[in-house]
Amino acid sequence: MAKGDPGGTTRGRRAAPRSRKSATGNPELVQLLTPEGERIDSVTGPDGIEYRVDFTDEEYRGLYRDLVLVRKLDAEATALQRQGELGIWASLLGQEAAQVGSGRALRTQDMAFPTYREHGVLYCRGIDPIMPLGLFRGVDQGGWDPNEFKFNMYTIVIGAQTLHATGYAMGINMDGKTGTDDGEAVIAYFGDGATSQGDVNEAFVWAGVFNAPMVFFCQNNQYAISEPLERQTRIPLYQRAAGFGFPGIRVDGNDVLATYAVTRTALDNARHGQGPSLIEAYTYRMGAHTTSDDPTRYRIASEVEAWQAKDPISRVKAFLEKQQIADAAFFAEVDEQARRESVHLRERVLAMPNPEPVTMFDHVYPNGSPLLDEQRAQFSKYMESFEGSAH
Amino acid sequence: MSRIKEFNLPDLGEGLTEGEILAWLVKVGDTIELNQPIVEVETAKAAVEIPAKWAGQVHRIFHPEGTTVEVGSPIIAIDTDPGAGPLDAPSTTSTPGGDLPTPSAASLAAVEVAPAEGMVEPGLIGGPAPGGRTAVLVGYGPRTTAAKRRPRKGAVPEQAAPTTTPVAPAPVAPAPVAQAPVAPAPVANGRGAATSGGLVLAKPPVRKLAKDLGVDLGTLTGSGPLGSITREDVQQAANGSVAAAEPVAATSVATSAASFGADREQRIPVKGVRKLTAENMSRSAFTAPHVTEFLTVDVTRAMKALDRLRGRREWRDVRVSPLLLVAKAVLLAVKRHPMVNSTWAGDEIVVKEYVNLGIAAATERGLIVPNVKDAGRLSLRELADALNDLVQTAKSGRTSPADMSGGTLTITNVGVFGVDTGTPILPPGESAILAFGAVREMPWVHKGKVKPRQVTTLGLSFDHRIIDGELGSKFLRDIGDFLADPEAALLAWT
Repeated sequence: MAKGDPGGTTRGRRAAPRSRKSATGNPELVQLLTPEGERIDSVTGPDGIEYRVDFTDEEYRGLYRDLVLVRKLDAEATALQRQGELGIWASLLGQEAAQVGSGRALRTQDMAFPTYREHGVLYCRGIDPIMPLGLFRGVDQGGWDPNEFKFNMYTIVIGAQTLHATGYAMGINMDGKTGTDDGEAVIAYFGDGATSQGDVNEAFVWAGVFNAPMVFFCQNNQYAISEPLERQTRIPLYQRAAGFGFPGIRVDGNDVLATYAVTRTALDNARHGQGPSLIEAYTYRMGAHTTSDDPTRYRIASEVEAWQAKDPISRVKAFLEKQQIADAAFFAEVDEQARRESVHLRERVLAMPNPEPVTMFDHVYPNGSPLLDEQRAQFSKYMESFEGSAH
Repeated sequence: MSRIKEFNLPDLGEGLTEGEILAWLVKVGDTIELNQPIVEVETAKAAVEIPAKWAGQVHRIFHPEGTTVEVGSPIIAIDTDPGAGPLDAPSTTSTPGGDLPTPSAASLAAVEVAPAEGMVEPGLIGGPAPGGRTAVLVGYGPRTTAAKRRPRKGAVPEQAAPTTTPVAPAPVAPAPVAQAPVAPAPVANGRGAATSGGLVLAKPPVRKLAKDLGVDLGTLTGSGPLGSITREDVQQAANGSVAAAEPVAATSVATSAASFGADREQRIPVKGVRKLTAENMSRSAFTAPHVTEFLTVDVTRAMKALDRLRGRREWRDVRVSPLLLVAKAVLLAVKRHPMVNSTWAGDEIVVKEYVNLGIAAATERGLIVPNVKDAGRLSLRELADALNDLVQTAKSGRTSPADMSGGTLTITNVGVFGVDTGTPILPPGESAILAFGAVREMPWVHKGKVKPRQVTTLGLSFDHRIIDGELGSKFLRDIGDFLADPEAALLAWT
């Protein structure tokens, strides 16, 4: 699927009967594709909005390809860390659908503010997947241009990006870039743990009060490192939004179609000037918090097995097979592409040059500064005083 | 480009210094693929599988399972081009402990250590800290080895270091691992650890350890920097006092050992659950003054009550064992004597209103004591389910640390091993533990006549700092009363 604006459409209009029942039987969770790969035509959320997607076969296959590639590249990064090539890695395993679904729902003009785990969204924005690896290898600061790709730098501080995003969104309003079909919207990613942060609650207040064109996209992966969800909240997270005066909805975060539909609707509402909303993508972190973490110390195997059955990729595969949208040759070709790209990624990571110490003075100011120039000169001279230096 | 590549143990989790080889998933001669899991390594943070960095054939494995390896040292060598013909001297043995066999000249030439392509420079992070590791949760942790510096141009080489050597240790920053007494002599500045009544230098974890082991820091001479007291100093002092208490036993063991050859002795490294158990038991045994009391009870009625319970339809699918009734008895008795469910916290006693009931379980990994959280609030049926769950989880080895922490009172069911009773040692932080012995048919005076009755012995150890003989006896008596006549006790107490 091409970067930007896929052809799938969503309908965000109010359904006539305000039914609280969806076809899944769970009125609290928007789902369009069951774990068994059964397609649900449309679902009316508890907000009374009817959610549906109409993708072409090509687009369905594109989503599957995205999911598989994103997972494979992530696995390669984890392996590279285990082999001493990255300092640390935060794996997205299990959250592919939440990221690809929301990432593909973004339109070209929409701005995204990620945490440090949004490798899938980064991929959907058309950024070279090598980019975050430089950051985690410690050889650069991330390296992509947030303005070019409309994807901010990774934010390590928990929840801080929601405030950055809200400020950005308020700016859009002030620039008068909302209120039309081509208006701009902002999406901020964060996790269930971040909802306990002051920053996130402040962002909710500001976005609500200033009617900012914001989508707060919470990937509830059930754990804030080792702290389970029940220690974050007494009510479902999406219901928090009501207290701040904007709508909240829970979507099956392992369902790429429902995530796409819900995110698209929320973004369109924002770009039309209808203000912020909160999406809780209900998902599960299948791996460790980061490579420094051992999840077996705080959660039991049976819980992980239960979520394994809700895998975001296998349900799409089952759907494509049942509907004969894709054949064995297609799946083999996608696997081969994933293998090729991961090998390519590995080669490029191993070839990443260690930065020269003096490069720390680069990119501080766009046009340089006399003081920094002086420091750079002093530092270069110091480095040259060592034997075997290239200077 | 040589075909044999050595893989060094990387820093697997931000600032770790070492890892223990848990299991090799491949052996010498195996053909492996890129990213195929080759070894399981446990660090201070996590047990992880390491995927192969290169495809090829396993040429050599440097350390056997169970070895602790420093970050940055080689663990496996992989022949990346096994199809290119045999090597002169393929090494097929795995050698323990870094005692490398001398390779032939030809194979030596073929071996090339993987260049430090990564950002993780082994010399920078790592290096064994006192105590084996440096525990850090976040970030890359303290630097524990000296940085390697390039010499300055035109510098006078110290200690005749050849100027051609590209890497020389920095003369000003000796590695802390070096035991050379470079620090000023202890007590020299009046801040020495040994000065009684003065300042005692010790880090908080060391102070905690001393407190736990009952060692008075003021009596020790520190061997650390500036005369500070180290973990080793405290442990030595604690071991010394224990050893002194048992000189006779030690001598007799030594004598008997001397008369047999070492080939008839097996040496088992102390680690994992065994190590933890040992630490907990000695800590508890030498800090909490234990008292143990016994009570023999006729439990015939309780056994009959259990049979009736099993016969009920709603209990059909539940495994019901005598342990269930003992657990219930303990929980009811705690309600009547809340003080037994408490912790000695130095200057105060913490009495808990909840009971996390520990059940000592023998597993393949050793003794573990998972507990049923807030067991006092459970109905009998819920308690039965919780106990069964706990036992099943323990047997399958899936008990999580959370299940094992926070216990407030424990039952050890020694009866399953066919013995009558014991003098159990308190789990640290708990004040009472009950040993439940085997239920046997015994001659017993029942209603004035000697009859065969079902009889068991209960052994209760308690912390005499908190629980006096009177309270301990009443508590044990109540447990006995319940087991002698559960129905009446339930009616009377609840």
